[in-house]
Amino acid sequence: MVLKSVQGVREWLEAPVAEAKMAGRTRLDALRGAAARVTTPLLPDDYLHLINPLWSARELRGRIVSVRKETTDAVTLVIKPGWGFDFTFTPGQYIGIGVLVDGRWHWRSYSLTSPPNWTDPGSRSRRLISIAVKAMPEGFLSSHLVNGVPEGTVVRLAAPQGGFVLPEPPPAKVLFLTAGSGITPVMGMLRTMDRRAAARPGPGGWPDVVHVHSARTAEDVMFATELRDLHDRRPSFTAHLHLTGARGKFALTGLDELFPDWRERETWACGPLAMLDDIEKHWAAAGLSDHLHIERFEVERSAVGEGGTVTFARSGRSAEIDGATSLLQAGEDSGVQMPFGCRMGICQTCVVTLADGRVRDLRNGAEHQAGEKVQTCISAAAGDCTLEV
Amino acid sequence: MAITDIKAFAHLTAADIETLGQELDTIRRDVEQSLGERDAKYIRRTIRAQRTLEMAARATLFGSRNRWAWGAGVAMLSVAKIIENMELGHNISHGQWDWMNDPEIHSTSWEWDMTGPSAQWQRAHNYSHHMYTNVLGKDEDLGFGILRMTRDEQWRPLHLAQPVANLLLAATFEWGIALHDWSIEKQLSDVPRWQLMSEPNRAFGRKIARQVSKDFLIHPALTGPAWKSTLKANATANLVRNLWTYAVIFCGHFPDGAEKFTVDQLVDETRGEWYLRQMLGSANFSAGPVMAFMSGNLCYQIEHHLFPDIPSSRYPEISVRVRELCDKYDLPYTTGSLGKQYLLAFRTIHKLALPDRFLRRTADDAPETSSERKFAGITLPMLPNTEVWTESHWPVDPVTGERRGLRSALAEAKVALKEKARQEKEALREAKQALQDKARHEQQALRETRQALRDKAQEERRVLRRRALRERAIRRVRRRQRAN
Ligand code: FES
Repeated sequence: MVLKSVQGVREWLEAPVAEAKMAGRTRLDALRGAAARVTTPLLPDDYLHLINPLWSARELRGRIVSVRKETTDAVTLVIKPGWGFDFTFTPGQYIGIGVLVDGRWHWRSYSLTSPPNWTDPGSRSRRLISIAVKAMPEGFLSSHLVNGVPEGTVVRLAAPQGGFVLPEPPPAKVLFLTAGSGITPVMGMLRTMDRRAAARPGPGGWPDVVHVHSARTAEDVMFATELRDLHDRRPSFTAHLHLTGARGKFALTGLDELFPDWRERETWACGPLAMLDDIEKHWAAAGLSDHLHIERFEVERSAVGEGGTVTFARSGRSAEIDGATSLLQAGEDSGVQMPFGCRMGICQTCVVTLADGRVRDLRNGAEHQAGEKVQTCISAAAGDCTLEV
Repeated sequence: MAITDIKAFAHLTAADIETLGQELDTIRRDVEQSLGERDAKYIRRTIRAQRTLEMAARATLFGSRNRWAWGAGVAMLSVAKIIENMELGHNISHGQWDWMNDPEIHSTSWEWDMTGPSAQWQRAHNYSHHMYTNVLGKDEDLGFGILRMTRDEQWRPLHLAQPVANLLLAATFEWGIALHDWSIEKQLSDVPRWQLMSEPNRAFGRKIARQVSKDFLIHPALTGPAWKSTLKANATANLVRNLWTYAVIFCGHFPDGAEKFTVDQLVDETRGEWYLRQMLGSANFSAGPVMAFMSGNLCYQIEHHLFPDIPSSRYPEISVRVRELCDKYDLPYTTGSLGKQYLLAFRTIHKLALPDRFLRRTADDAPETSSERKFAGITLPMLPNTEVWTESHWPVDPVTGERRGLRSALAEAKVALKEKARQEKEALREAKQALQDKARHEQQALRETRQALRDKAQEERRVLRRRALRERAIRRVRRRQRAN
């Protein structure tokens, strides 16, 4: 009874922040809720983050504490997350990161390369996360991140997600197949395994892991020193490097020769789409599809197609549309309850979140990326996309 | 009857309206493409300044038992609330800053410091009002359901109370808006009237509870012994904000020159016609940078109605281009000082409190509403008649070579109507003169007749007298003879 009313009071106190919740629940929610009655309609966070941008649980934020060059076109960003970040993610997951460029926030997803609950010894045991970014030839944001995002920059974060993960405990025999920046989620897994092994010394700390990584040249290999070091330190870990510039594409048939026991291994693969398709076929042919985990990165491009398949995530429907049909129209035609008002782009009542893919504003051709909110009445699909409605 | 044919009223052909629409689209695109760091800085700075000001005001009110602290607190809080309401709440909820992708400065998440929930306001304002601007029976902002702002609306005895209703609305403007939005929200979302715990009702109730308890309970309580003066200060700041927002809004759509339209206009309305309706239906007032900022740049109401979702800070530069278009297409650009625009609205409110039989003009040529029929009964010397311009092309001024449209037509109509009125007056005077002359003549005749009668009577009297004298003389002679 008493407990129940305590719970009730607590809920009442937290009500204002529960409604506006964007980041995770924090221990301070009751206090924030109480203070919100003084600051309503704002949250106390809105005043606090005038002092420190990280003092807000309205949404996840972080500050880039260091930028480390990995290769000529790749960097590691070490980020200190603000309130509400869940550090107990699973290695292999990715996070969304929003970076401010020319007044606009741009969203992309990058794999976490740090183990969960990681504290960087160099930075006074604060909990940090890291991601690695490789500049894509026409990638607007990745180039920006690689070529000059200053330390101290405040970024927005989305909670870690993704099913390309290393289970706990890991399987006894593991094969990683990566290429290019596909190494990043695997790096998170390797570091996690290494840390666990350090915490639990003795045999069995490391499972039997083989990592085949392809890169064009030796200079292009991200985390090269770290891989070599792991290879040397951990006897049950084999890092196999394949340079495509000199030797061409890695032939999957070569696995039989190099690692004849590959069929016994639980496999995680991440890299260019063509490579993943090959792997999928190869594993299917061997009847091993169940033991294969694949991560496809969204390819960062600046120009995309016209039209595509629109998926309405919440209503579980989808439609095939051309580049001139509005998303609102497409949704209504396939029986989705779409919010709308003016249907001409002025009222903002039709705004929904673009969960995946890209759409184009029909009025000015501007493109919107996953993570942005779009007006469905004046936007059309620019390739396949998913709406949260 | 308000405007039923926007083409005929505007003196533009369909093709002209089309090109005008394209030119406005170009302005939109240009501005959108140039949005960047500078704009983002502007809004973030504004937010920071507003929050700082509000905090300073609330802190000052701890000492509100002191007269000076009270005054300073009220002033700062009023300004903070005005900025919050106009430049932030109004504009952000319009989606003007959505391009930044910042969830904190986004139309879907911003909540303003007013009684009505932002979401309800958005539906009523962004949708009903902005889409159907000044369309009778569609745009409920026309008089907010309580004032008669055009003589197209039938007079009812209730309207006699307009002067009082107007004052009341001004003082409690946020409540007026909130109730207005709430009823539209219920209407649009089709919830049964009797359903007490409907979502719109709950959202509204929650918002009221928070707003009222903040300004009238929690903040006063926090200042302890100064609670009474803090309470008064908060009430005053809300009042100031209400009066100011009311004035700004009323100057946007109710001064002379901001036209009203009928629903017929909405059938098959093209984008160009929509633009044109926005231009003709709104009015600006002139303001310097400070006043523009304090009005949320709604002194650029025309620009705001053309591009409701473009950052307000860009309206000044857009207005230059819109004015150029108005010159090019010879369209009116309604503006004036804040005082003048408000007085015009004020005059309409009071005039229309009266039944129509006390009003001189009709809904076709009244100062607050006119229609294409205004031009029907008159000949405009410089413009050919309607059929010519709607079918072929624009009339062009033979001397300057400039195209001629509504603005010239309005100016000429004004002259022509004045001339017509003068002629009528002249005719009236002549008729009166003639009548007067006739009366004078008749009087003259009357006088003459009377004179003649009088003369005759005199003559008769004289004859009588003479006869009497003679008879007396005869009698005297006879007496003398008898005596002899
Ligand atoms: S329906 Fe009004 S902006 Fe899309």
